[in-house]
Amino acid sequence: MTKKIVLNEKTLAFQKKVEELSGENTAMCDQCGTCSGGCPFVEEMDITPAQLMRKVMLGQEDVLECDTLWICATCNTCTVRCPRKLDVSKIAEALRQIKLRDEINNLDINDLPKNVLKELPQIALIAALRKLSS
Amino acid sequence: MKIPYFPGCSLKTYASSFEKSAIASGAELGIEFVEIPRWNCCGVVSSLTSDDLMHHLAPVRNMIRVLEMQNDKIVDTDNKMLTLCSMCMNTLKRSNLKMQEHADELETINDFMYKEDQKYDGSVQVMHYLEILKEYGFAKIAEKVKVSLKGLKVAPYYGCMLIRPKEVGIDDAEEPTIFEDFLKALGAEPVDWRSKKTCCGSYLTVNKENIVVKLTGKILEDARRNGADLIITSCPLCAFNLDSRQELLQIRNPNFEPIPVLYFSQLLAIALGLDINKFGFENNKVDGMPLLKNKILNK
Amino acid sequence: MAEKKIGVFLCQCGGNISKTIDLPEVQNFVEGKDDISVVQIHSNMCSGAGQKLIIEEAKDKGLNRIVIASCSPHFHEKTFRATMEKAGLNQFVLELVNLREHCSWPYKDQPEAATEKAKDLVLAGVNKVRENYSLEKKKIKMGKRVLVIGGGIAGIQASLDLADTGNEVYLVEKEPTIGGKMAILTKTFPTEDCSACIISPKMAAAQDHPNINLMTNSEIVSTVGHRLHFEITVEKKPRYIKPEIDMDQCLICEQCVQECPVSAPNMWEQGIMQRKAIYIPAALAIPFRYLIDDSVCLHFKDGSCNKCETICPQQVIDFSQKPEKVQFTVDNIIVATGYDTIHPSEKPMFGYDKLKNVVTGLEMERIVDHITEKPPPRPVGDKVAFIQCVGSRDEQTGREYCSRVCCMYAVKLASLLKQAKPEKDIYVFYTDIRAYGKGFEEYYKRAQQLGIKFIRGKVAELHGVPDSEKVLLKAEDTLSRQIIESEFDLVVLSNGLKPNDSTEKIVNFLKLTKSSDGFLQEAHPKYKPVDTNIEGVFICGVAQGPKDIPDTVAQASAAAARVMVTLAQKEFDVDPQLAFVETEICDGCGKCVAACPKDAILMKGGKAEVVEALCVGCGACLPVCPLEAIDFHNSSNSQMYASINGILAGKKPGETRILIFADNTCTYRLADALGIRKMKYDIDTRIMRVPSSARISANLILHSFKQGADLVILGDCPVASSLYPWSRDVTEQTMLAARARLAEAGIADERIFFSEFSAGDLQKFTAMINDLSAKLKQAEPITEEQRQEL
Ligand SMILES: Cc1cc2nc3c(=O)[nH]c(=O)nc-3n(C[C@H](O)[C@H](O)[C@H](O)COP(=O)(O)OP(=O)(O)OC[C@H]3O[C@@H](n4cnc5c(N)ncnc54)[C@H](O)[C@@H]3O)c2cc1C
Ligand code: SF4
Ligand code: SF4
Ligand code: SF4
Ligand code: SF4
Repeated sequence: MTKKIVLNEKTLAFQKKVEELSGENTAMCDQCGTCSGGCPFVEEMDITPAQLMRKVMLGQEDVLECDTLWICATCNTCTVRCPRKLDVSKIAEALRQIKLRDEINNLDINDLPKNVLKELPQIALIAALRKLSS
Repeated sequence: MKIPYFPGCSLKTYASSFEKSAIASGAELGIEFVEIPRWNCCGVVSSLTSDDLMHHLAPVRNMIRVLEMQNDKIVDTDNKMLTLCSMCMNTLKRSNLKMQEHADELETINDFMYKEDQKYDGSVQVMHYLEILKEYGFAKIAEKVKVSLKGLKVAPYYGCMLIRPKEVGIDDAEEPTIFEDFLKALGAEPVDWRSKKTCCGSYLTVNKENIVVKLTGKILEDARRNGADLIITSCPLCAFNLDSRQELLQIRNPNFEPIPVLYFSQLLAIALGLDINKFGFENNKVDGMPLLKNKILNK
Repeated sequence: MAEKKIGVFLCQCGGNISKTIDLPEVQNFVEGKDDISVVQIHSNMCSGAGQKLIIEEAKDKGLNRIVIASCSPHFHEKTFRATMEKAGLNQFVLELVNLREHCSWPYKDQPEAATEKAKDLVLAGVNKVRENYSLEKKKIKMGKRVLVIGGGIAGIQASLDLADTGNEVYLVEKEPTIGGKMAILTKTFPTEDCSACIISPKMAAAQDHPNINLMTNSEIVSTVGHRLHFEITVEKKPRYIKPEIDMDQCLICEQCVQECPVSAPNMWEQGIMQRKAIYIPAALAIPFRYLIDDSVCLHFKDGSCNKCETICPQQVIDFSQKPEKVQFTVDNIIVATGYDTIHPSEKPMFGYDKLKNVVTGLEMERIVDHITEKPPPRPVGDKVAFIQCVGSRDEQTGREYCSRVCCMYAVKLASLLKQAKPEKDIYVFYTDIRAYGKGFEEYYKRAQQLGIKFIRGKVAELHGVPDSEKVLLKAEDTLSRQIIESEFDLVVLSNGLKPNDSTEKIVNFLKLTKSSDGFLQEAHPKYKPVDTNIEGVFICGVAQGPKDIPDTVAQASAAAARVMVTLAQKEFDVDPQLAFVETEICDGCGKCVAACPKDAILMKGGKAEVVEALCVGCGACLPVCPLEAIDFHNSSNSQMYASINGILAGKKPGETRILIFADNTCTYRLADALGIRKMKYDIDTRIMRVPSSARISANLILHSFKQGADLVILGDCPVASSLYPWSRDVTEQTMLAARARLAEAGIADERIFFSEFSAGDLQKFTAMINDLSAKLKQAEPITEEQRQEL
């Protein structure tokens, strides 16, 4: 990540792509930070949910390399609080989808030890596979 | 009342005691669960991207089954569809909402399923068992209580999917009360605690076990600190994270004091005086029996 | 009925019209009809000579109807109405045709087609004037009596201004003291002068002024509305202290207070202190008198106590008092009912109801006011946080507006606290600091100098800390992109302002409108900021929208001045262009009664009747009447049908017609503006001036199609600047009904639509019309059979 941002057609295209997939208008984000402040996972994230919104608005493709998009568990705590009625979880999902559609998975079921696999309930496995792999 | 019932992936296996206690308590109240024939998994989580219509097919197919049951008069509830698991409810409701709001997408989905005789029209109303109980009347349930849970301090755990996002939640997203009202009807004392709406970590339990253990550790500690005897939930995944993960917590922290996590329907069944052997506690990792015996059953 | 004798006067406008339009040809076209007595051309109709011509011709030929084809009525309607009076004719048997803005100017380069269009416009005017009839302008006599509702700083200021200029003021306040919120504040931003010190002289002046009749503890219970004449009923709640005449009997000896066993939260002190059941509301209360709070007093609870009555040396306690009704009549009303603060329970994540050390802005005003007392009634710990935008700027609470004062009051409260107690560690969590006013930015900077730390991030949640009274705060510092999770001794919620519930009643009584934020709607956001759409009713202060004290006072004086203007006109003209009922046709179905948002239609003897004093002329009742029995003066059904017939008469085979019903306020002026700028739109467009889009019924639209219209547009102002914002629903219904009938006749229903226009939408209008007309000319034409089927 660098200190310098250049805004050009490429960044615009990326912003539009994510917005189309998510249905969210990131320019509406006030950067108030309500989402980040209440996110139960924020301590585990490398960038905050509000930062995620910012990066998408500015079309910064490096957002795709952030952990945050794989950590957001669509708990919707932020969704019900955003003063602009934006949904960060939809942005995170759109970003995951961009990766997954490139066949870059975050979870490979084969990596999980047999005993772990055995004790996990279906509901956890299906959800994880749906969200973290393609 | 005969209501179409959608079990979902975990209720037959991991969360069988949830299903059994719910069905048994329903029967006692005159609510007959009629399992939807040929139901299929809802997909657990909803697809949120605008172009991904395919994943809404599974939920909608289940709703077609409900319409068929109605046509065949196997059930007598107007358009209702009962779920037990919060995640199923959430996913089904979100797909349903999409169908209700976007006629074009509904048409595409119907076209996909050209082999179905019954077309979907958005008319099904997905409901959680708690909502059905509320409709039935908590006051009426209170009258039917045979074993009062008086003296039992219960921390109701809403988690996420039951109340968020607002358009599918069954209660206020910030100040829900349905669990509290339910508990009061059974004579139990609901505990007010800040973690009742805090995410348990959900499916990250598969690949980010540490995050989940940290989170659930905090949640459980909060319940304890507020004097809860036990926690209730409405979701097999929350149950797994809060209940089964206590094993790891114990390993990491020898001072950790386990706390039982039950499905709300198990408490309901006990309060209605049903035979424990009939609905079972086979899935609960932290044994709640000693506590229940001590506080309720042997009184 | 007398024979119709019409005079038509065509104006050259010094060439502005005649260089494009062949007026002699138009003259030829109009002449020769039986009832046309004269057609004259003059270089400037509005000049003295032009007017003289009209007056002489009218007298010579015994004209009883006049058409003047010249410029836009928005320029010379007044002039020509006066001409009519000079000619001994009623103002309303006049019809103006807009040849300049709507025809010669935009179509300079199409003289022939413009001449044809001019014929249509003049014919429409002639057709209309045949149906015109005399209307009398009603006069209302003005008195000097004014009701001011609400005794906050807004109401006090307006009352004083009015009283000083010799008006008779009734100032009605629902609380037992006047002063409103300003009296509660400790000091005021940005000057930090003591709020009570600056408002209390004004409060006292209001009480002592011979022209002000002050009623506290009182509420309006009904207003029988008449335009500029209102009969008011006020209910005075009992104080249980013998009335004012005997007031000097009470010695304020406080013996009653000492005796009273009941303690209740002092709500004027925002609950940080207690008071007795018998109390004086505040240290600087006006009137400075006791009252008994009957909701807590034991005497009223169970009769178990009468200690105050027994101890009172002057025997002024009177438990037998009942609410009392007072009636009076006023000419004008000022609504200054102020606001409430947004209750923090709208943001449950801040735990206000559960956490002792989470307080509101107003509570903090009182806490800071007492902070130097030893010991203070409400001590403050060392670490304090302010949370901005609580409830405001938030789609989750549905309050999207900025409350405008909370940034500065937080800066103020933080600064005052810091100055009184420098050891305090103070943080302000904000999204934006809005320091827009005079001296505000400097004040904000001074707070930073004092060491108050401003953190850019909206707080997400507050929690209790186990076994402690501290509050745990969670927020993102969006500038360093780190999460703050810290404990505070006190958290102040800068909760915003909202319209108060007691304004709601007044809104219903007076039929006022509210803007989308819920505050009272002014008649026009730019040039009628304190008027309302009800004549004689004015608004000021926070009741109209969030604002600080200086703005409130300025607005209050403005409202008082507007009242003075109204009252200075000893008689007041009421525009007779309103709805009325053709009693013979009306069958009493009552649909219009339901449709009228101002309750201006009554049922009398099985027939509807319009109360002229209440009708605001929106026309929303017309489309709902199945019999066309409810009608509108000077835009009546017969006048409308006749004009439509005229304006579409000249359509030739192969031509198309777009007919626009243009509301008089926005769309018609927009067309004028296009003319002035010489901006052209398809010449086949015909524009008709109507009072509002709501006035147009489905029948009129369908009639237009019968007469050859190919596309009908209803234009009206955007809701935000509309005089009749409620009328949009009516228009939509009309639209649906008309579309259904078009569809039945096999005509594409998009040939009718509604569009919002403001007078400045020049490009939007021309682009839209040119695009539509191009499409129309290519579309399959509507057949004659289809038209007749309608
Ligand atoms: C915490 C806080 C701090 C503030 N600090 C400052 C400051 O430092 N400087 C500054 O310039 N501004 C400040 N303001 C803003 C200031 O309070 C307002 O600008 C001002 O009080 C508005 O006066 P008002 O008369 O319009 O409304 P109000 O003060 O609300 O007065 C309205 C009055 O009408 C009465 N009323 C309401 N309905 C009825 C009814 N139906 N019948 C009869 N009576 C009725 C009410 O009881 C009340 O007395 C602050 C606001 C808050 C919340
Ligand atoms: S809460 Fe909403 S507006 Fe605020 S930073 Fe997050 S996404 Fe943006
Ligand atoms: S939805 Fe994602 S970003 Fe929002 S609070 Fe939950 S985990 Fe955090
Ligand atoms: S009668 Fe009421 S006001 Fe008087 S002393 Fe008793 S409680 Fe107080
Ligand atoms: S004035 Fe400041 S605190 Fe109040 S709503 Fe506006 S931005 Fe928020």
